[in-house]
Amino acid sequence: MISCVLGAENFFQLLFCSSFALREKPDMSKFLVEDIRNFSIIAHVDHGKSTLADRLLELTGTIDKTKNNKQVLDKLQVERERGITVKAQTASLFYSFQGKQYLLNLIDTPGHVDFSYEVSRSLSACQGVLLVVDANEVGFFILYSICHHTVCFVISAKLGTNVESVLQAVIERIPPPKVHRKNPLKALVFDSTFDQYRGVIANVALFDGVVSKGDKIVSAHTQKMYEVNEVGVLNPNEQSTHKLYAGQVGYLIAGMKDVTEAQIGDTLYLHNHPVEPLPGFKSAKPMVFAGMYPVDQSEYNNLKSALEKLTLNDSSVTVHRDSSLALGAGWRLGFLGLLHMEVFNQRLEQEYNASVILTTPTVPYKAVLSSAKLIKEYRQKEITIINPAQFPDKSKVTEYLEPIVLGTIITPDEYTGKIMMLCQARRAVQQNMVFIDQNRVMLKYIFPLNEIVVDFYDSLKSLSSGYASFDYEDAGYQTAELVKMDILLNGNSIEELVTIVHRDKAHTVGKTICERLKDTLPRQLFEIAIQAAIGSKIIARETVKPYRKNVLAKCYGGDITRKMKLLKRQAEGKKRLRKIGNIEVPKDAFIKVLKNTN
Amino acid sequence: MVLPATRARGLVAATKAAQRRRRVDSGGGSPSPEPASRRAAVYVHWPYCEKRCSYCNFNKYIPRGVEEAAVRNCLVTEVHTLLRLSGVRRVESVFFGGGTPSLASPHTVAAVLEAVAQSAHLPADSEVTLEANPTSAPASRLAEFGAAGVNRLSIGLQSLDDTELQLLGRTHSSSDALRTLAEARRLFPGRVSVDLMLGLPAQQVGPWLRQLQELLHHCDDHLSLYQLSLERGTALFAQVQQGALPAPDPELAAEMYQEGRAMLQEAGFRQYEVSNFARNGALSTHNWTYWQCGQYLGIGPGAHGRFMLQGAEGRTREARIQTLEPDNWMKEVMLFGHGTRKRVPLGKLELLEEALTMGLRTDVGLTHQHWQQFEPPLTLWDIFGTNREVKELLEQDLLLLDHRGLRCSWKGLAVLDSLLLTLLPQLQKTWHQRTPSLVPGG
Repeated sequence: MISCVLGAENFFQLLFCSSFALREKPDMSKFLVEDIRNFSIIAHVDHGKSTLADRLLELTGTIDKTKNNKQVLDKLQVERERGITVKAQTASLFYSFQGKQYLLNLIDTPGHVDFSYEVSRSLSACQGVLLVVDANEVGFFILYSICHHTVCFVISAKLGTNVESVLQAVIERIPPPKVHRKNPLKALVFDSTFDQYRGVIANVALFDGVVSKGDKIVSAHTQKMYEVNEVGVLNPNEQSTHKLYAGQVGYLIAGMKDVTEAQIGDTLYLHNHPVEPLPGFKSAKPMVFAGMYPVDQSEYNNLKSALEKLTLNDSSVTVHRDSSLALGAGWRLGFLGLLHMEVFNQRLEQEYNASVILTTPTVPYKAVLSSAKLIKEYRQKEITIINPAQFPDKSKVTEYLEPIVLGTIITPDEYTGKIMMLCQARRAVQQNMVFIDQNRVMLKYIFPLNEIVVDFYDSLKSLSSGYASFDYEDAGYQTAELVKMDILLNGNSIEELVTIVHRDKAHTVGKTICERLKDTLPRQLFEIAIQAAIGSKIIARETVKPYRKNVLAKCYGGDITRKMKLLKRQAEGKKRLRKIGNIEVPKDAFIKVLKNTN
Repeated sequence: MVLPATRARGLVAATKAAQRRRRVDSGGGSPSPEPASRRAAVYVHWPYCEKRCSYCNFNKYIPRGVEEAAVRNCLVTEVHTLLRLSGVRRVESVFFGGGTPSLASPHTVAAVLEAVAQSAHLPADSEVTLEANPTSAPASRLAEFGAAGVNRLSIGLQSLDDTELQLLGRTHSSSDALRTLAEARRLFPGRVSVDLMLGLPAQQVGPWLRQLQELLHHCDDHLSLYQLSLERGTALFAQVQQGALPAPDPELAAEMYQEGRAMLQEAGFRQYEVSNFARNGALSTHNWTYWQCGQYLGIGPGAHGRFMLQGAEGRTREARIQTLEPDNWMKEVMLFGHGTRKRVPLGKLELLEEALTMGLRTDVGLTHQHWQQFEPPLTLWDIFGTNREVKELLEQDLLLLDHRGLRCSWKGLAVLDSLLLTLLPQLQKTWHQRTPSLVPGG
């Protein structure tokens, strides 16, 4: 089985494939298990993963060799703009070597920690990884395989020099998957997307057996049965085939109506031929919750339909209806991290032209209730709080709990000192520290989740020049001294910014938010007092001075047209402002404040 | 071309007599026998300069040599054509702006005025202003402009600090400026205006106020205070972008403005517009026309105009822009009689929006009487009387709405652009509510 996992930062966009345009359905039976390799590429940001991916696609005739092949797999506008990959993508490459045709499956993975679940499920489908050190100019490739071969190559993806040796090394060094065509079907779902016309398209890796149109398959997870309508390979567009065989990677359409029916990590098998399900993956678990509201309540239904469409393709977002006095009807959404939240918001705006208010992201805190009245109301003693507005008063709880994670940092040792200081500032407790080779250190810390969701990853990357890596896993809850903090504008609380913070951090966080708000809020005709408050106690304050002069100096015959145009544009923009008391606030002001709050 | 000059000389004498009569007028203009659609102001653009000023993004050119006779003929032709198209019978003011119109020959100015007088009635008391730069306007030349028919001068003095003048890329020194001012006052007593800039990079409040104080010893009855606005594409903008100069501090500029207008009020000046101050009734009639949304014709490259075409009575006026580049403009004038490049019909609502925006720049604001001249479907009370946001502005003492009309307070005038962001949408909203049958904007 040749399932190639390509970890390219921007490796998602699959354009039409011309030179390998298969007008007839390819016969996949000729690719025996020993002719198949599965691999992925891992690289630091900007080290040329996408460029290498382009070259590999060209070299194998998957796409035409033109000057325009720049990050061919970057599909979403948000991915191109941010240079990040959000959804994993797969491409099957057909490559002849020493008179034999091979099937090389390249699986692309997102680079950011928020999307690590995408990476882990992608990697589980492959046997080898290419580590790109710097492929923009003259770069190195290090090829890791499951059996610990390590090979180094100097190539230039930009110039195309020596790239072919990479493909040869993939064939020679990465073992074929250990699978059997004769066994009953065992297919791993490692991704799924939704197509308006065809329903759910599940990306599958076949561990055993064969699947073809008309087969009756069963999901091990739901026990639901489906009839297969179409199977095929991704090269990189969907190309239907007669069958898919053990070791191959491709897609399958079987009348599933919702992406949740094609659970990532699920195992599919033939009806009446149940198999031992594959270990699967941990399902993506939301770590960050935020309220989302339409800027104008009349846009509620449009936003609702945009949300529905977008979540069809991103099953990691959880959606609950919510409402607030100040913001009206909306939703409380769960995201994998702050970047995920931003990307989701950006996609809503760019792809669905939706304009939304987002509230401060919060992690799921818990409170152990002492008030009999509240216990009766919630019908339980321990409650989870995903909306800061519902944070119960201290007098009504025995204790508060905050979620914690076990974080793993791998870094060149020269950055260890700085990283340890960063972790300490984030209330992290060190568990372990080991040298994994001569100059790299692995650090393990228990972090309060709220300390890492906003900007920890960015800080870590910037203080280590991009070299430190970070990953984390759930580690339960710990007792914490938590308080609810309000941010007030001239005495009116900003619902979007209500935050739950650790008592020790309240002052710092409050001060920072006030300072940032001061820089973001446009001046008005009157003074604005920005305050951070815990209960009735003010803990920080900033002031935005009123406009003293705002009038065009020269306005004569030749200036009128330009001035009217400008005023009308500004007046139009004013309609999009949110009013808090009588203060007008641009809707992105709070998101700007939330970034890098720590 | 002896004739125009002869006529102009007679005109100047008559004008001087008229000045004394008009002095007490508040700028509203004396009652005219002609309806508003038959009256207009005329702006004439002279697009050439000696040198580029570092802050200026106007439509101006630094030529190797100007074929002045050709430019003059085109200005004259365009005056005739546009006056004919507009059907304007009475021209109440002419303003020569630029560029640097004091670089043009007095003969050209006389020819243009003669053309106006041929195609329409140019009363003897019409205000005829020329913008003059200190260096390009020696006394003898100023006298010649007077003989040509100019009866008011606007001097681009800008600063009394030589370092600042250099920063601005001006060709004159502060002593040049004061000399020119003195000569101008001798020739055009009571009819000289000076410009002073504020809010320059690194400029401090104290020294600037001392400049203004000094200027008060020398100036005539009209003064304009202009806050520098950094315009894209100017040398000054680039220098600030590159960090070679500090960005102007808006707080300091606001303070200069407040202190400056207080000082001028103290000295007996009336602030009749955001940036303009006059005493002894010496308001600029021409500029007043802009703020009252009167008709005006724009003559010359890049000039803007707003007027109604003859025979289009009952319909709306047009905003017109002449071709920017002088050579192309001339070609078009020679071919078609005028160089109008763009004509945009102004809807009724748009006219009201302009009347509001421009009217509130003046101290009298928008009177009920003035508003009714635009035949609005709604009174000022209908539009602004009950709105909550407008009420807040009234309560904050930024705006006044009473039996006289709608106007800014002393405090409100300095932040008019913020006020308009409430007022304009309110006008639009009530317009669309009350006139649902009308085509939007029509």
